[in-house]
Amino acid sequence: MIAYVIQRAFQALAVMIVVSLVSFMLFNFVGDPVDNMVGQEATYEERVAMRDNLGLNDPFLVQFARFVGNAVKGEFGISYRIQRPVADLIAERMPATLELVIASAFLSVLLGIPMGVYTGIRPNSWLSRSILVGSLVGVTLPTFVIGILLIYIFSVGLGVLPSFGRGEAVQLGWWSTGFLTVTGWKAIIMPSVTLALFQMTIILRLVRSEMLEVMRTDYIKFARARGLPNQIINFGHAFKNTLVPVITIVGLNLGSLIAFSIITETVFQWPGMGFLFIQAVGFADIPVMAAYLVMVAVVFVSINLFVDILYFVVDPRLRADKTVAAGN
Amino acid sequence: MSIKFLSKISFAVVTVALTASPVFAENVIRWASQGDALTSDPHAANESPTHSASRKVYDVLYYNDKDMKMTPWLATGHKLVNAKTWEFSLRKGVKFHDGSNFTADDVKFSIERALSPTSDLKGDISSIQEVKVINPHTVQIITKEPNPIMRNQLTNVFMMSKAWSEKHKVTQPQDRAGKQETYAVRHAMGTGPFKLELREPDVKTILVKNNNWWGLKTYPHQVDKIIYTPIANQATRVAALLSGELDFILDPPLQDLDRIKNTAGLHLEQTAQVRTIFLGMNQGVKELLTSNIKGKNPLSDQRVRQAMYQAINVEAIKKKVMRGYAVPAGLITPPAVHGYTEALNKRRPYDVSAAKKLLTEAGYPSGFSIQLDCPNNRYINDEGICQAVVGMLGKIGIKVNLSAIPKTLHFPKIKNRETDFYMLGWGVSSLDSHYVFNYLVKGADKGWNGTGFADADIDATILEIGKEVDFPKRDKMIAKVWQKLRDNVNYLPIHHQVIVWAMSDKLDIPIVADDGVRFIYTKFKK
Repeated sequence: MIAYVIQRAFQALAVMIVVSLVSFMLFNFVGDPVDNMVGQEATYEERVAMRDNLGLNDPFLVQFARFVGNAVKGEFGISYRIQRPVADLIAERMPATLELVIASAFLSVLLGIPMGVYTGIRPNSWLSRSILVGSLVGVTLPTFVIGILLIYIFSVGLGVLPSFGRGEAVQLGWWSTGFLTVTGWKAIIMPSVTLALFQMTIILRLVRSEMLEVMRTDYIKFARARGLPNQIINFGHAFKNTLVPVITIVGLNLGSLIAFSIITETVFQWPGMGFLFIQAVGFADIPVMAAYLVMVAVVFVSINLFVDILYFVVDPRLRADKTVAAGN
Repeated sequence: MSIKFLSKISFAVVTVALTASPVFAENVIRWASQGDALTSDPHAANESPTHSASRKVYDVLYYNDKDMKMTPWLATGHKLVNAKTWEFSLRKGVKFHDGSNFTADDVKFSIERALSPTSDLKGDISSIQEVKVINPHTVQIITKEPNPIMRNQLTNVFMMSKAWSEKHKVTQPQDRAGKQETYAVRHAMGTGPFKLELREPDVKTILVKNNNWWGLKTYPHQVDKIIYTPIANQATRVAALLSGELDFILDPPLQDLDRIKNTAGLHLEQTAQVRTIFLGMNQGVKELLTSNIKGKNPLSDQRVRQAMYQAINVEAIKKKVMRGYAVPAGLITPPAVHGYTEALNKRRPYDVSAAKKLLTEAGYPSGFSIQLDCPNNRYINDEGICQAVVGMLGKIGIKVNLSAIPKTLHFPKIKNRETDFYMLGWGVSSLDSHYVFNYLVKGADKGWNGTGFADADIDATILEIGKEVDFPKRDKMIAKVWQKLRDNVNYLPIHHQVIVWAMSDKLDIPIVADDGVRFIYTKFKK
């Protein structure tokens, strides 16, 4: 067990190094941040001095080594754009993004699973068909179109929900939460629906196909032969067995929710990390971009690591003595 | 629970309720624009949204008013002691937000701070050699060379409190290679019309009225509170205005203007901005980087440049690309700038056959190919303008390949001379032609003049303009340089950008050509 975890942890570390190297290489293509940092009056010499001061004239590997060295110490430098320490910025923006992601994950699971079960059990009913047609919207419409549509219906048309921002946030220690105020709840509805729609569709379709599969198996037929009531067969026997792949997908998709939140946050001016990142790209704000990408990599890698360990716990075949398993 | 305790609570509740709902409703302005100010430190970023934010909290010695006229502000008057020494008398009785007095020491401190190595304003005021305090209400500024536009250059040098800056260890602006955030990045304390109450960069900024502002008698505004939220997405920004969540947006997108205009309760304000959009052509090199013509440079020929000029239909660009919101330009500087005249701004006629003839005379009857470099996130519809130009030049046989890229990639290309043909827009903070000449006309190997144009006589004249304090003589020299530029066709002027503000009918905020909001002129309608 320990050997397995250590092995996985080393793999995770290697992935981290590669990710930061690749993202660092990409920064060569975002342009010159100094142009955004000084006014148009700055002379050529002043610009060169600024680049020197920031270490942008050093060779790529030197810059990368310096970045890794500082990152290990938890230092990500000062944002070129808003002149604040990057670590503070990310710590301030993280609660907003995580609350949005959690709300969306809840929505997609709470709506996706029941609809998936229903469409799986009654594949031919008119309701199932309309749910499936409707779910195409979730897959095909781009997130920003859904967001703008919602804004035009619920903010401009009906005037019931705010079109931007996070409402009033309450500070609980270092965590700022929008879940304690009415304006906060109102503000999270549209962004979380927008972000949840795609995930919900995936879960719905996954549960549906798993249900269809399971309903054809012998043990369901046998259960029916025993005369068990439908409710027990559907939920006790069939649904339980569809859950394993669903849990895996939901877990892995938490990472992509964080990544997808970039667009949702931009549409709704949600003060989270994704929005911070988009603005950093526009400005060539290298310290923020680097820290964000490393952080997203950490999230993905740790979720994967966690899932791997979970498999180990869940699946007895991985735990068994390898020599025995090989038949020696 | 005792009666006494209960009565205490009810008293507290009543008090809170009373103070929370005053008899007179507060005048609150909720507004948004695309991007927030970069910092609250008034000397750390030379960028117009940042200056606009600083102008609400901090004052300057000379102020560009709503008509872009330079007005004595914290300075009440000036005297030229000798060609290199300006003496300013300071306004008396001015207090900082913390109640302390504004004196000549603060002026000396602020100007020296703006000249420090981490300041982004140092280039603007580099002519200053020394600031001398004569008495608490008089300062002298000594320049290295005679400087006719000293006062204009002070319009963005904001006055900070020396004591406050020393107390919070912000005697220099933020060093961006440093590790710590300085206090002034999110805090501000000046003598200005509004006090900074809350600053959350990128999220929300709240300003409240400074009831002790020295200018309240002259500018009796009724704005009690200003809530600013940046909204990056333009559709969201417009939706927030339409839904009544905002009272004012600074930068509505062109395609939504009709909708806003036709919405009851909203109106638009428009004016020509202090920014002109034009195309630059590298006429200085022997051979172009991106052309099929080898061994010579077609752009070196004045006739070719004039042909390109006459082939561009700016009226069509105005109508189709800008939806009418542009002023066609014959000069690369807008009306608000000293030195601009209607005669200079008159365009050569749009004439495709004349252009073709010029091109044939120059020896390119079948045209040539060239790449046009264009930003796609800097000016209003920048990429659209370039696309239109590609089609128009195609009509006279010049095959243009368009490369539209983000500004962070585009501008270095101009400054490092890696482009033959490029779009640039130029705003003029000092409102004087010298500023334009210095950056866009004077010959230089690096920097903003990517045309390769260099003329010893013109360069010498530009140097003179920078020093000449005899104004009629100076104006003649300015006119001479503009005429030369016009005859030589250094640039292809397109238009002066027009800015549009959208606001609720409850408000009347006069639009200002530098796109910076002056809330002190706000009028509320009942």
